Amino acid sequence: MSNSNSASDGWNANLRRRTIRLAYWTVAWVATMAIATFGPEVIWPAGSALTPIAIGVNLLIGFGMIWANKEHLRSLDEMHQRIQLEAMGIALGVGLVVGMAYSNLDISNVISSDAEISYLVIVVALTYLVSVFIGTRKYR
Amino acid sequence: MKNRLKVLRAERDWTQAQLAERLEVSRQTVNAIEKGKFDPSLPLAFKAARLFGMPIEEIFQDE
Repeated sequence: MSNSNSASDGWNANLRRRTIRLAYWTVAWVATMAIATFGPEVIWPAGSALTPIAIGVNLLIGFGMIWANKEHLRSLDEMHQRIQLEAMGIALGVGLVVGMAYSNLDISNVISSDAEISYLVIVVALTYLVSVFIGTRKYR
Repeated sequence: MKNRLKVLRAERDWTQAQLAERLEVSRQTVNAIEKGKFDPSLPLAFKAARLFGMPIEEIFQDE
């Protein structure tokens, strides 16, 4: 009994630890993204060597976030892993299909503005969030 | 797939959360398995069998 409890405490603690670690990496990635994006405008002069350094740091932190996300997924139980897998599959598919269609609209000048990758990121993120929500409800 | 998890859990007076702790899954996963909305993997089914001390086919039955 105590072994079972200590094992489950270990499982729960591991999940909590990896979730918090993912949150830290995500916050760090968003912060370094903001610095790399707005740094040349408001912190240092445009054309400074700090710009590629900031982008490089953001890239490294981004790889850290990917690793933390992978570790977080591994710590989930099998049902939540399935929910995540389905959500990521849908988000990837929507991102690919909508992204290519959006690019074609830009190339063929159907839309007047240039295609912005940030719109695609928003579409993928919202699709992922909605898919996780629907998946969670499906197994409720 | 049908299963007797809910009955076996009730016999031991365990909550879903307590069973989840013992199986090292979330309470939501135990709930989904009990309702037949999610079929557990073979390792998880064996873990449940070990926990309840009975053969796996006495807990899980193919519909």
